[in-house]
Amino acid sequence: MSRETIRGRVYVVGDNIDTDAIIPARYMSTMDASVLGKHAMEDLDPNQYKIPFLNPDGSCDYKIVIARRNFGCGSSREHAPIALRAAGVEAVVAQTFARIYYRNSVNGGIILPLESTLDLTDVFKTGDEVEIDLRSLPIIQSCVKRQAYPIKPFGPVKDIIEAGGLTAYNKKILGIA
Amino acid sequence: MRQTITEKILARHCGRDRVSPGETIESKVDVLMMHDITSSDVIKLLKREFGNRIHPDLKVVATPDHYVPGKDIASAILYQELKGFVDEQQALGADITAYMVEGGDYGVCHVMLPSKGHVIPGQVIVGGDSHTCTYGALGAFSTGIGTTEAGNVLATGSLWFRVPESFKIDVNGEMPKNVMAKDLFLRVVGDVGVDGCLYQAMEWTGDTIRNMSIDEKMTLTNMAIEAGAKSGIIEPDGKTIEYRRARQAPMTQENWRSWCTDADNLKSDKDATYVNVKEINASGLEPLVAKPHLPSNVTPARELNNIKINQAYIGSCTGGKWEDFVAAGEILKGRKAAKGVRLLVVPSTSDIQDRLVASGLYFTFKNAGAVFSAPTCGACLGGYMGVLAPGEVCISSTNRNFRGRMGHPNSEVYLASPKTVAASAIAGYIIGAKNE
Repeated sequence: MSRETIRGRVYVVGDNIDTDAIIPARYMSTMDASVLGKHAMEDLDPNQYKIPFLNPDGSCDYKIVIARRNFGCGSSREHAPIALRAAGVEAVVAQTFARIYYRNSVNGGIILPLESTLDLTDVFKTGDEVEIDLRSLPIIQSCVKRQAYPIKPFGPVKDIIEAGGLTAYNKKILGIA
Repeated sequence: MRQTITEKILARHCGRDRVSPGETIESKVDVLMMHDITSSDVIKLLKREFGNRIHPDLKVVATPDHYVPGKDIASAILYQELKGFVDEQQALGADITAYMVEGGDYGVCHVMLPSKGHVIPGQVIVGGDSHTCTYGALGAFSTGIGTTEAGNVLATGSLWFRVPESFKIDVNGEMPKNVMAKDLFLRVVGDVGVDGCLYQAMEWTGDTIRNMSIDEKMTLTNMAIEAGAKSGIIEPDGKTIEYRRARQAPMTQENWRSWCTDADNLKSDKDATYVNVKEINASGLEPLVAKPHLPSNVTPARELNNIKINQAYIGSCTGGKWEDFVAAGEILKGRKAAKGVRLLVVPSTSDIQDRLVASGLYFTFKNAGAVFSAPTCGACLGGYMGVLAPGEVCISSTNRNFRGRMGHPNSEVYLASPKTVAASAIAGYIIGAKNE
């Protein structure tokens, strides 16, 4: 999960994207990532999000999701970050995250939850090509305009992210190979 | 600096005198709750990564509830895996108590744990379900966690937390008869928004809260997550101790005495620091409804004009407790659900189901045209036993009304108190319970 740069297209959403939209409970009798990935963001309101997140064949063109506030609110299901990762998303950039979603992303070693200081949903639009650079001061920038926006450093969870998730982190502490 | 109850509990659990909001700590975990649909990978993780060994100091309570009795083959397998794990771990000597469908004593996790005596004031409790924050009603620090976290808690008996700031909601005055704790919570989340308490502990204080029953307190702490909170908490008092004393979970006399003494000291200091304080006059509350598709989309029920309903649902960890049925029963007694309305009654535990029958309340609902199901989370999350078709409208005593939450993405869920759900079932459209 620990990567220095991520380059790809963005999918832009708004506030309060809930776990029922990210992966509806009707798919929760499996933890099979390949199945979950085919239903990622399936219940986003199509009236609000005219461009579907997934292509008709179930593939996904986006490596980065950009959201406003409280991304991942609702259920504790780890299926949510797993579904996004399986679809091909490597990072979600939002102003704030719902706490369980955030913890699942980090502790599961699944996907990078990146907090932006600014509202980036006005800056980027779905389909834009951007680059996230996590070396030194983390930034997200447009590949066309080269305008860069700051991302908050990870703080205390950095060690868990670098270990690849809570399991690897704990095993290191416990001395389990 | 003086401390809140949440800070005191977390400090004790990391062996410190005090902790401060914002710092990251490794906390001992007293109890881990496991249910059917988030445990399969927890079990696999423990076996694969940690030699299948549960930490000896950890208490595990298994309460399968979401898709039981088996909704389909896939969920039957999830239940089978959990049951196999419980049997195996019990044989290995792990401290694991399970309430399985076999034997008929089971139900929705967040009502089962308190009602079976597995929640003690001052404990740290986590579970693979977002509404694990419920147990704060008894003065425990409790919060929902994910699959990877639960697997690690099983192995280590501990978990990292960022110590939350506390948001105090001080409620005083007498609530009108037609108003329930659900209305009070909706009022708060309507004011602060679904991320208004993000990462924070919601601490409820005041005369109104002290006078509430444990069931009603549980509604307040249960829904903390709907305001983005990490936990909800209410300081324990004599009523809390009495509630716990009446529950059967085994505990030695000596331990019991120490917990009771402890509970007396479990209060926020008077000059503790809060990130925010909100004061509410309970006598000014009225029946409220959260409109689709957010729990914060709150409006007085009286302002809704002729919203016809297809389904009225009384159930779940939020609104399927004993007193929720007593309250709804008062409204429904001698009356009938309107033509064309499905009235679904889903007791959250088999004990509550027994009480419904024994008290005669069963017939109040039955004669009103209700259909009963076995205890399950079922339709609350669009699973089964009451899933909505496209275009259908449901008024529900549950906790979430996100798009597609209870069924088809084009169905609609309005959240309300059990009394308002009952009143609406009779009317056939959404109407607040009358103040009578």
